[in-house]
Amino acid sequence: MSLLAPGHRGCAGCCDALAGKFVLDAVGKDCIVVSPTGCLEVFTTPYPESAWGVPWIHSLFENAAAVASGVEAAYKALGKKNKTKIIVIGGDGATLDIGLQAISGAFERGHDLTYICVDNEAYMNTGVQRSGATPLFASTTTSPAGKVSFGNPQHKKNMPAIIAAHGSPYVATASISYAPDLIKKVKKATETKGPTYVHVHAPCCTGWKFEGSKTIEVGRLAVETAMWPLYEMENGEVTGVRKLKKRKPVEEYLKVQGRYKHLFTAEGGTEEIKKIQAIADWNVKHFGLE
Amino acid sequence: MKLVIKTTAKPKGTRANKTGTWRSFMPVFDHKLCSKCGICAMYCPEGIIFKLENGYFEPDYDYCKGCGICANECPKKAILMVLEGK
Repeated sequence: MSLLAPGHRGCAGCCDALAGKFVLDAVGKDCIVVSPTGCLEVFTTPYPESAWGVPWIHSLFENAAAVASGVEAAYKALGKKNKTKIIVIGGDGATLDIGLQAISGAFERGHDLTYICVDNEAYMNTGVQRSGATPLFASTTTSPAGKVSFGNPQHKKNMPAIIAAHGSPYVATASISYAPDLIKKVKKATETKGPTYVHVHAPCCTGWKFEGSKTIEVGRLAVETAMWPLYEMENGEVTGVRKLKKRKPVEEYLKVQGRYKHLFTAEGGTEEIKKIQAIADWNVKHFGLE
Repeated sequence: MKLVIKTTAKPKGTRANKTGTWRSFMPVFDHKLCSKCGICAMYCPEGIIFKLENGYFEPDYDYCKGCGICANECPKKAILMVLEGK
């Protein structure tokens, strides 16, 4: 039986629910979960109910890492900090934009906690606004594609590198479509002493505009096209990568999503797809995926 | 002084909310084709596909939202999404 109970209000085919389930599967009962504001927080805790089978706390959008730091410090002060894991599960908005300062502080102070970012590449909970994690040319409600725009003009922020620069002993990227790999990485992160980080790629059927049944399939395509490289970093060095046997062109990943539809219909779209292919090529070269 | 916090909720309280009513397509599991791999249970976002005593899998229809991930991921195509009737 999962530690995340059914009956929550996540969409049919929700990626956040899957990520939450896998993280709890990896960590087990003996943990305290802190969640910043986000989809996961909102749909698992409609007042006065809670889907969580473990102690869980929510305070604000920006301070999840600070709250987790406080929980960890209190446990230490009480002499109880031995096996209990302190976990933060937050979305990309709370991690890459709003909560970045608190995260930087927590990683600088070196608290023994694990931060999990469930990255669905926009603010889905409030209606698909762009975030620092939204990739190039994705159409969102605040970066809509139209006659004069191909969608979000900025590149996705490289959050794992920012965390690694803080001197974190373990940083990893994972995907909900590779569950055993994700569970293994979360386990390793929680067992490593000090502040650790796992960045989980999670395709959102509502925000990315595809059918709920394709959640896992789209996530797998992101990895297979090298748009989302799976790697591990220990003390700032890349120590493990998931190699690709046969890399697919990025079109296969883009065409299944409504948020990239304009790249295939608007004039000049093929030129823009080449720029996205260049990102995948860079990933392959940088991480040695082939 | 005793501190009473009144903003806590009981664990797993959302079980009171039966999300099975959301469903428009219902997954039907064909045990003849099933290889008992358990991928359906692994990728169910609700965590409500359970292993039976005989090793086969069945969902809890009280909570199944009918997203169809199980049917999409099943390597043996042993799960069929059927339109719900009244």
